[in-house]
Amino acid sequence: MSAPTDLRYTRDHEWVRVDGGEATVGITQYAADQLGDIVFVELPDEGRDLEEAKAFGVVESVKAVSDLFAPLTGTVTSTNDALAANPELVNSDPYGDGWMIKIRLSDTSEMDDLLDGPAYDDLVAAG
Amino acid sequence: MPYGPHTPADRERMLSALGLDSVDDLFADIPVDLRASALDLPPPEPELELSARLREMASRNRTDLVSFLGAGVYRHWTPPAVDQLLLRGEWYTAYTPYQPEVSQGTLQSIYEYESLIAELVDMDVVSASHYDGAAATAEAALMTCRATRRDRVLVSRGVHPQYRQTLHTYMRNLELEEIPLVAEGEAAGTTDLDALARMLGEEDRPVAGVIAANPDFLGLLEPMSRIGELTHAAGALFVAVIEPVSLAVLTPPGAYGADIAAGEGQPLGIAPQYGGPYLGILASTDALVRQIPGRLVGMTTDLDGKRAFVMTLRAREQDIRRDKAASNICTNQALLALAASIYLATIGPHGLRDVAANGAARATELETGLAAIGVERVHPGPYLNEFAIRVADARTVHRRLIERGFLAGLVLADAEPDDPTLADGLLLATTELTTSGDIARFVAALQEVLSGRPPVGVETGAGAERAANPVGATR
Amino acid sequence: MSVTGEKLQPTLFERSSPGRGGGKIPHPPKDALDRLPDDARRATPPALPEMNEPDVVRHYVNLSQLNHAVDTGFYPLGSCTMKFNPKLNEWAARLPGFADLHPMAPDEVAQGTLQLLWELEAALAEISGMRAVTLQPAAGAQGELTGILMIRAYHRERGDTDRDEVLVPDSSHGTNPATASMAGFKTITIPSAADGGVDLDAFKAALGPRSAAVMITNPSTLGLFESRIGELLDAVHEAGALAYMDGANLNAILGRFRPGQAGFDVMHFNVHKTFSTPHGGGGPGAGPVGVGELLLPYLPTPRVLRLDDGTFRLERPDERPTSIGRLRSFVGNTGVLVRAYAYIRAHGGSGLREVSDDAVLAANYLKSRLAGTFDLPYDRPCKHEFVASGASLKAKTGVRTLDVAKRLIDHGFHPPTIYFPLIVEEGMLIEPTETESVETLDAFADALIEIAAEAERDPEMVTSAPHTAPVKRLDEATAARQPNLRWRPMAGAEMPCPD
Repeated sequence: MSAPTDLRYTRDHEWVRVDGGEATVGITQYAADQLGDIVFVELPDEGRDLEEAKAFGVVESVKAVSDLFAPLTGTVTSTNDALAANPELVNSDPYGDGWMIKIRLSDTSEMDDLLDGPAYDDLVAAG
Repeated sequence: MPYGPHTPADRERMLSALGLDSVDDLFADIPVDLRASALDLPPPEPELELSARLREMASRNRTDLVSFLGAGVYRHWTPPAVDQLLLRGEWYTAYTPYQPEVSQGTLQSIYEYESLIAELVDMDVVSASHYDGAAATAEAALMTCRATRRDRVLVSRGVHPQYRQTLHTYMRNLELEEIPLVAEGEAAGTTDLDALARMLGEEDRPVAGVIAANPDFLGLLEPMSRIGELTHAAGALFVAVIEPVSLAVLTPPGAYGADIAAGEGQPLGIAPQYGGPYLGILASTDALVRQIPGRLVGMTTDLDGKRAFVMTLRAREQDIRRDKAASNICTNQALLALAASIYLATIGPHGLRDVAANGAARATELETGLAAIGVERVHPGPYLNEFAIRVADARTVHRRLIERGFLAGLVLADAEPDDPTLADGLLLATTELTTSGDIARFVAALQEVLSGRPPVGVETGAGAERAANPVGATR
Repeated sequence: MSVTGEKLQPTLFERSSPGRGGGKIPHPPKDALDRLPDDARRATPPALPEMNEPDVVRHYVNLSQLNHAVDTGFYPLGSCTMKFNPKLNEWAARLPGFADLHPMAPDEVAQGTLQLLWELEAALAEISGMRAVTLQPAAGAQGELTGILMIRAYHRERGDTDRDEVLVPDSSHGTNPATASMAGFKTITIPSAADGGVDLDAFKAALGPRSAAVMITNPSTLGLFESRIGELLDAVHEAGALAYMDGANLNAILGRFRPGQAGFDVMHFNVHKTFSTPHGGGGPGAGPVGVGELLLPYLPTPRVLRLDDGTFRLERPDERPTSIGRLRSFVGNTGVLVRAYAYIRAHGGSGLREVSDDAVLAANYLKSRLAGTFDLPYDRPCKHEFVASGASLKAKTGVRTLDVAKRLIDHGFHPPTIYFPLIVEEGMLIEPTETESVETLDAFADALIEIAAEAERDPEMVTSAPHTAPVKRLDEATAARQPNLRWRPMAGAEMPCPD
């Protein structure tokens, strides 16, 4: 099961979909599987400034918790309200309805720091 | 070794299975220079001797005195059913319910405890308990800082002095300020609202939380709604420190706008035990559920659809969050929460109300009796079952009353040395265990002490013959 | 059966009926509350359940029978020390002289308890090789906070304010880093060496002018004694830091190793582990803290002092101005401490050493019985507990340690600690303690061996276990996603109190 090739990835298992100057961010299927049943996602408020590689939120499962790290620097433009009532969307559709935040990017050159699909698959395989 | 099962044959069997000659071989990895010498402790005491010695030690505590001492810990009648049920080994010797399938007893009892306290405080979320009222209050203060992302907490001097001291320890890296009490007039002994408004009004120093107690340490009722309004207007959270028995008759924190309630659950059928173990109550509104530290038990179902209970929202706790946990708390006071629940179930809501009302009735009797011998309350405001009086040379009076068999409450100069209005104050409490006879004899004894008459030919309290053998003289 | 009953119970609220029960408390005078202002009074009485005593008794007796407990069966939870809780101790704690004593009663009326506390402090100091002990902390975690706050005070007083880091091994209990955070420190986690001990080089590399303390559990949470402890302590002190010992595993080393004597500056005790006070379903406990010379000035107040005439009193606040203050109200969990005192006096020094001898022997014996069935990642003698791994079993059969644990329930045993410490894959931390017979140890080993075999021939039986417990596996996801944390109020809440 490979990661979608139209997305980019961080080493902390976040994915990014970029459309012009805006990026959508979530966590990968691998991350969701490792965590188990997601029960809560703590997301930043709209308007909050994020810095690449710094924590911006938390994802909790029944038995584990993990920080969410910003893949790129920018400002939060929206968050996925559906996750408040249905955090399980992160498990069932991590790349679609389980999206977490959208950011307006300040430095698109940071995209070069991210992994493509095959490189991310290698990372996961290496364990 | 008194409880060990192993016979020499058993030990032999285990050693030979391991191919070893001596158990010392299993300690070979302790560096020689770090090995302990023999422990210099008294020799093992067989049960018969040990029990006699423990009984003798216990007898040297003067628990026979007729007591008017409250100050955060109150004597109540605990129906024997509570302890009889509590003593069952399945309650006592179980561990934290990490395997819920074999811990439904403990889990359901905690859920019920959470529900009972939620009813009492009229708030939605109750933790499975903290160490004591002081630690619960400190955790509440830290919650307000986390939730508001501010650093400054205000605590009324009406909150128990030991709770305030505990707050200072926990808030070491943050800012804690004490709100003064009104010094005189109708509101004397309660939180100074003007001072509070001023402290809240400092715009460059926003406040995370305001903490006040009802009844306060001096027994007085506080204007909690007003304190809540001022607090919320400044964008801060309101922490109410409560006493659970009083909540049978006083407005609960949920009704006057508290965001968090903290307090000591000892009065719910738990013996004083010289300090603990007690029961730290911590409750909050739903909005703060993710900030509340400690264990939470919730209802769920099993694979067959049966109703069951489980520890939940565990990702807040230290074993998962580690250095990001809100608190390092691991233990909850499960057994004490159970005792409180059995107490509440046994005496019922009307019984709890009667406990509070009887205490109040005795307090009125005490106030009246004291007034009749010229001893007045320090503060004029309303109280429930505890109040301060002023007598010249209170500490000496207190000692003289012990000689006569009474524990005349708390010498306030010891608890609040910095408050001149409380110099020569005694803090007296009554409960449903206080009898009219106790009160009459106490008042008579106090009158005697104040007039300087020696204790001859007057009815005294319990253990007056002990006065002839003061502690230590017979050793 | 590990639990003695099967009957799930309705809640108290469902057993309630308006007008039932009560009658325990005399009726107060009708005007008892008239002097209270109206706006101070509760508008409606709390909707607490109304039950009669027989129903209360049945409720709690039946509920209790749904619990596995030390008193019902083997409870080999690693790191918890589930030893027998002596009944003498319950009797002692309930003596009215101890139980009825108010914590703010003057010293002169509390002489029996003050003597007991003073003797207990001295005994714990002797056992640990520490200079002095505070009995104030209410639990191990609170003891840790006490210790770390004292270390912080020590550095501050010396003007050493740059030290903001606490080092812990990656096998540490979660309370250690949580405590460091509470005290305002940053946690540096040091990976363990391949043999399960501390990686001395990694520690030395991380120690420096920013190091305030290291927190070490010894024996470690893997049940292994830290042979390099002397070198580690030297390195810590050379770097100007202090060494804290998490005393959770003291049951392994009583009479064999005294942390204070070895060079630790401070440690906490878990009396509900080592000294047999009952766990009570999750608490109470007590976490006394022992200190060496350096931290003496910072101990919490008040301590118990013995005077020349043989009487006792509590220290006054002005007598220890550099104290870190209070961690809680009153002097400590005295009721728990009475039990610990009785335990220590019943055993004496020789008895305590036997406790550790038997605890360590039992653990090694049990470990040897499991060799070949489960992975044993550390190939050397353990102390009072050991970690086994189900990693190979999982690779071969797909059955996980969680499933093995649940199947143990069907064999009448409480599962061991699972998935802790975090550094062992599919880990099981097993601590038999010294109060279990060889027959019990053998039966437990036999059960585990049987489950491993079952995992190969009929994995479904294991992965869907337990089958014989009062409930099956629970839906923990829904419990967290849609928390139901309290019973909703019942009808009849508005009923006024009969007068």
